[in-house]
Amino acid sequence: MINIALPKGRLGEKVYAMFEAAGYECPSIKEASRKLIFENEAKGVRYFWVKPSDVSIYVERGAADIGVAGKDILLEYSPDVYELLDLDIGKCRMAVAAKKEFYDDNQRALKVATKFPNIASKYYSSICREIDIIKLNGSIEIAPILSLSDVIVDIVETGSTLRENNLEVIDTIVPISARLIANKASFKFKTADIERLVESIKAQVNRND
Amino acid sequence: MIGDKILKSEERAVYTLRSLFKHYGYLPFKMSKFEEYDLYVRNKDFLIGDSVITFNDTNGRLLALKPDVTLSIIKNTVDGVGVKHKVYYDENVYRVSAKTHRFKEIMQTGVECIGDIDLTDVYEVVYLAAKSLDTVSADFALDLSHMGLFSALLDEVSTDKLVRAELTRLISRKSTHEARALCEKYGIEGRGLEITTALSTLYGEPDRVLEILGDMCVSDAERDALDELAAVCRLLSYTDYYGRIKLDFSVVSDMRYYDGIIFKGFLNGIPEAILSGGEYDPLMRRMGRQSGAIGFALYLDLLEELKGDAREYDVDCLLIYSEKTEAEKVASAKEKIIALGESVYASRVIPEKIRYKRIVMLDKEEI
Repeated sequence: MINIALPKGRLGEKVYAMFEAAGYECPSIKEASRKLIFENEAKGVRYFWVKPSDVSIYVERGAADIGVAGKDILLEYSPDVYELLDLDIGKCRMAVAAKKEFYDDNQRALKVATKFPNIASKYYSSICREIDIIKLNGSIEIAPILSLSDVIVDIVETGSTLRENNLEVIDTIVPISARLIANKASFKFKTADIERLVESIKAQVNRND
Repeated sequence: MIGDKILKSEERAVYTLRSLFKHYGYLPFKMSKFEEYDLYVRNKDFLIGDSVITFNDTNGRLLALKPDVTLSIIKNTVDGVGVKHKVYYDENVYRVSAKTHRFKEIMQTGVECIGDIDLTDVYEVVYLAAKSLDTVSADFALDLSHMGLFSALLDEVSTDKLVRAELTRLISRKSTHEARALCEKYGIEGRGLEITTALSTLYGEPDRVLEILGDMCVSDAERDALDELAAVCRLLSYTDYYGRIKLDFSVVSDMRYYDGIIFKGFLNGIPEAILSGGEYDPLMRRMGRQSGAIGFALYLDLLEELKGDAREYDVDCLLIYSEKTEAEKVASAKEKIIALGESVYASRVIPEKIRYKRIVMLDKEEI
């Protein structure tokens, strides 16, 4: 039995569709219920929905053998897991955005508001720019508007939220997509099952290309 | 007198492992809890996590609560032809946990074989690693790699320090897609790309992987390292553990300290590696020694994760007495129950949080 942690929400549904097409369906998952865990014994899979940012924790700690997490989460928390596949869905980018009239004069520390303090710190230290990190948990776009920060570091999908708030992307830090991750110990004990699943999913990824 | 019931699984493991190591001629090594901070600061990168708990001794010297055992053992050895130090230890070390970013006390046991070592010793230590895992749980996996082979192959991919470091990180995550993307970014193609892909995907039974590597290794450094790995695998193939041994290049260690066989052990049910070891000749050079060394450590506190350890009852027998019961009667009743081989908890009221197998009301019944 392979335990699979899926991220709740739109991305998770897309991911499940891929698993289903790859031959790892679990019909009960589509029934409207409050259940959290779904099992298909014949196929040897057990799915459960968790908060997207928690998927890597479930996998790292072995409660799930594999899972699907955004590259943003993997970069921010650096969990000790195998990253077996780029699923090529949920694509977006980690970017720096600021008010349209913003100009970085390099005179003082840059105030950066973000949900991803590790990614932001790493990026700015790579370009030797001194920053002042402001960790927020949501509605990041409002920070530069109210002058809480100079810039924000956040996930940008289409950029429409930024535009509506008179913000624009000034730098792309890294492209983001969903990744199939595996617990290192589980991989040793369920090698054949996990490798078979990865191959089937890989075929789905290539078909989508 | 001390049965399995009393010992926790990590304590039981310490005793069985101690006896195992002793049988193979390893001597106990006891170190002090505190060491000069200087020892660790000079080899900071060797330590897992670079934080050390430090404090001043009464004479002002800076001491550290030991974060590691290997460095102290090396310091205790001398070089010489034919000189070999074979020691085992069980010690608590203090490190920052990668998961919680807080200091943690880690119960560690292991062996080190230092000095004029040869293939027999390397094999013995790898074999002992497998045997140690087996004594704790039969459902184990031991993954081998070779840092010399890894770095010789990587030499062909790139000489750039940063690219090598990044590739190593990606290979350790089995992240083939990103490793290939990195190759593309730096214009690595052909053989370089082939090696990168192989290192991040090769995994499995030694015979199969060695065959693939045999076709791939051409340079002298590559062939020498491969020969050593193959020799150890051949010796292991005569043991019962061969089926549990795999070759895996996602097992990597710092090249500044390790240059030969390295390995990691896993137990089914524990989400991370419980055993880690390897040949660390470069560390010996850094500490001014000419000889070689190999060893491993087992992190026994991880055994807490094994579910089988939970007990069903707190005590076998709950003995209830009242204010009227004579103290002598309670005492003798207790002794009688203990003589039956049971554990007993005497109380005037039924305690809320104690799970018991049976209950005896002393005023109403006889033992």
